[in-house]
Amino acid sequence: MGKKTGKQTYQIANPPMIISTGTVAGPFEGLGPLAQDFDEILTDARNEQSSFEKAERSILIKACRLALDHASFSSTEVDLFLAGDLLNQTISSNFSAISLGIPFIGLYGACSTAALGLGLGTLILDGGFAGSVLTATSSHNSAAERQYRYPTEYGGQRRSYQQWTVTGAGAALLGYTGEGPRVTAVTFGKVMDLGSTDPLNMGAAMAPAAADTIVRHFQDTGWDPNSFDLIVTGDLGKVGLDLCRQELSEQGITLGDNFNDCGVMIYDLSKQDVHAGGSGCAASALVTYGPLYRRLKRKEIHRLLLIGTGALHSPTSYMQGENIPCIAHAVRIEV
Amino acid sequence: MGKKKLTPAQRKYQEKAKKAEPKPLYLRNALFAFLSGGLVCVIGQGLTDFYSRIMNLPPEEAGDPAVATVILIGALLTGFGVFDNIAKYAGAGLAVPVTGFANSVVSSALEFREEGLLYGISAKMFTLAGSVITFGVVTAFIIGLIYAIFL
Repeated sequence: MGKKTGKQTYQIANPPMIISTGTVAGPFEGLGPLAQDFDEILTDARNEQSSFEKAERSILIKACRLALDHASFSSTEVDLFLAGDLLNQTISSNFSAISLGIPFIGLYGACSTAALGLGLGTLILDGGFAGSVLTATSSHNSAAERQYRYPTEYGGQRRSYQQWTVTGAGAALLGYTGEGPRVTAVTFGKVMDLGSTDPLNMGAAMAPAAADTIVRHFQDTGWDPNSFDLIVTGDLGKVGLDLCRQELSEQGITLGDNFNDCGVMIYDLSKQDVHAGGSGCAASALVTYGPLYRRLKRKEIHRLLLIGTGALHSPTSYMQGENIPCIAHAVRIEV
Repeated sequence: MGKKKLTPAQRKYQEKAKKAEPKPLYLRNALFAFLSGGLVCVIGQGLTDFYSRIMNLPPEEAGDPAVATVILIGALLTGFGVFDNIAKYAGAGLAVPVTGFANSVVSSALEFREEGLLYGISAKMFTLAGSVITFGVVTAFIIGLIYAIFL
């Protein structure tokens, strides 16, 4: 068929549309600069649930329902549900799939899940294996903190390069009915290990993977940075974004003002005490499916490159002294 | 850790990453830790004086209830969700004294409440403080042994 161009990129012959999206943000994210572009903002981080894990699940379901409602779709009309999250064995997604009742494929791409789901969903649709795909992801600050780091009430000083896990969930409905921006190319990344061992410095760990996928996408497609109105990485944070820019310029790719990072955009770094910015699956999902989706629909941006970035370590692997392997997937969205 | 062999590409990148790290505010952190740690000590001394003078405990025994009271304060502040907000600025000033110990135990106990009394609270309560207790007991044993043999 020849849909694959270059080494890692797929050009989509029949590009599906992002028909609708659903976003639910945590209370702290609701204080950030993008608050007006989220569908719902929680007033309570527990969302009236007895645990943070249940809270994360409830907002993931909510985001999916919002996406379906916005397109006037019922869950029975959707062929596949692709979702993933950060909690062990991706319980937020697995349990959400019970209540949605859509055939489910669980994903794990850490914080790259939004881009991974969009990319995979697009391939499945372009291959003709489904008519509509719902893809979603979530993260919860307190649930992630207690799994990866310390208890919520533990009093420790955060590092200047540390990032803040975003509480929220984002869902997108892909298909061929209605209107919406289209996913026209997908680049799946390779897992990279550049020797980072500090699980608190995720931006630095993930930057080389992001740079590699960006270079690969440009080489495979022949497009360049000026082809895009906006190029956003998932959750590199301030430190990672600078490192990624540096890595790219060493390879002869200069990125201008149209290069940013969802983790940097979601918070007001000068007012909100998040150090290097946001992280977590919900960072790129909220920013892409919230403000960026709306800007695409209003045709303020025409060509967007999203590079979802994920650190694929586990608490066990870094405790045993292993490096942090990272990945990045790129998705090109056009109107 | 840190002894693992890195490839030349990994080493080169790690050097760049190190340079990109924003530097912590050493002076500010040290000053805050000095002041807050000192304040904890002043409170501890005040409590010791209170127990010995007002409660009429012998001075050498007044330290124990004073320590227990500081632990209680640390635990209560954690429970009310204030401790982490203060510790953000105080750093080692609150972490090194017994307040840090109280916080690590209570925050863990709170965090794992949902997993039940037995496997949650009781088992996970000492996940952070466990190593402090282990090393404390081992050190006390060794010092005790030296004390018993040589003195």
